[in-house]
Amino acid sequence: METTVKEFKHCNVIEVNGRVDSATAPQLAKVLDKACADGHFKLVLDLTKLEYMSSAGFRALLATQRTCKRYNRGEVVLAAVPVRIREALELAGFTELFKTFDNAIDAVGNF
Amino acid sequence: MKSVQYPADFQHLDSIRDFVGETAERAGFSSKEIYSIQLAADEACSNVIEHAYEGISGGKIEVECEARDGQIVIVIHDHGKIFDMSAVRQPNLGRDLSEREVGGLGVYLIHKLMDEVSFQSSKKHGNTLTMKKRKSGDV
Repeated sequence: METTVKEFKHCNVIEVNGRVDSATAPQLAKVLDKACADGHFKLVLDLTKLEYMSSAGFRALLATQRTCKRYNRGEVVLAAVPVRIREALELAGFTELFKTFDNAIDAVGNF
Repeated sequence: MKSVQYPADFQHLDSIRDFVGETAERAGFSSKEIYSIQLAADEACSNVIEHAYEGISGGKIEVECEARDGQIVIVIHDHGKIFDMSAVRQPNLGRDLSEREVGGLGVYLIHKLMDEVSFQSSKKHGNTLTMKKRKSGDV
């Protein structure tokens, strides 16, 4: 798994590429925690190049969504979610917890 | 049934997903079904590493996998702590973000992704999870 963080005026875009499982989810959690610790609570996760995500990754997303939504200071939104990952998120009942957008540009426009 | 033994370490989840994914692919399962099978095997092995082998080093996971007559069977075996999978509480999938629990999601997904799931646990033989999925042509 690899991540790239881009800071925009109204939000941060974090590209998450490759595979997120129990081995790599802690690395993702660290990147997301760092963004929040730096005071960024409006986050777009660009999942265009995400190949795989297990529930370990879902848990990292959920924890970050909780942190970002606290005090109405922001939220995590998902962009370009690959079909297999969207199906798994739906099975886990996660799609209703995250706004999703077709691409990162639309997601950035949300903030 | 082809059987492969892996060290109980998250670093080997990639290889475990490859093993069951390749077996499913050779048997003609759709890409959606292959993803489901890989995710179920990953969740099952992650649970073994996280819970059955919690605080135990050097554990092994044995993964058996076979596709025959339009069905794939995956058997995951460990000698970790006795684990009662049926006692895992179903996660609260209600709408409220603050009420979401983080545990139990893996077991919930396994049941959703596979057609049949059974679990046996004994002090002598360890934990054995058997999962089956039939080819449905769902793409």
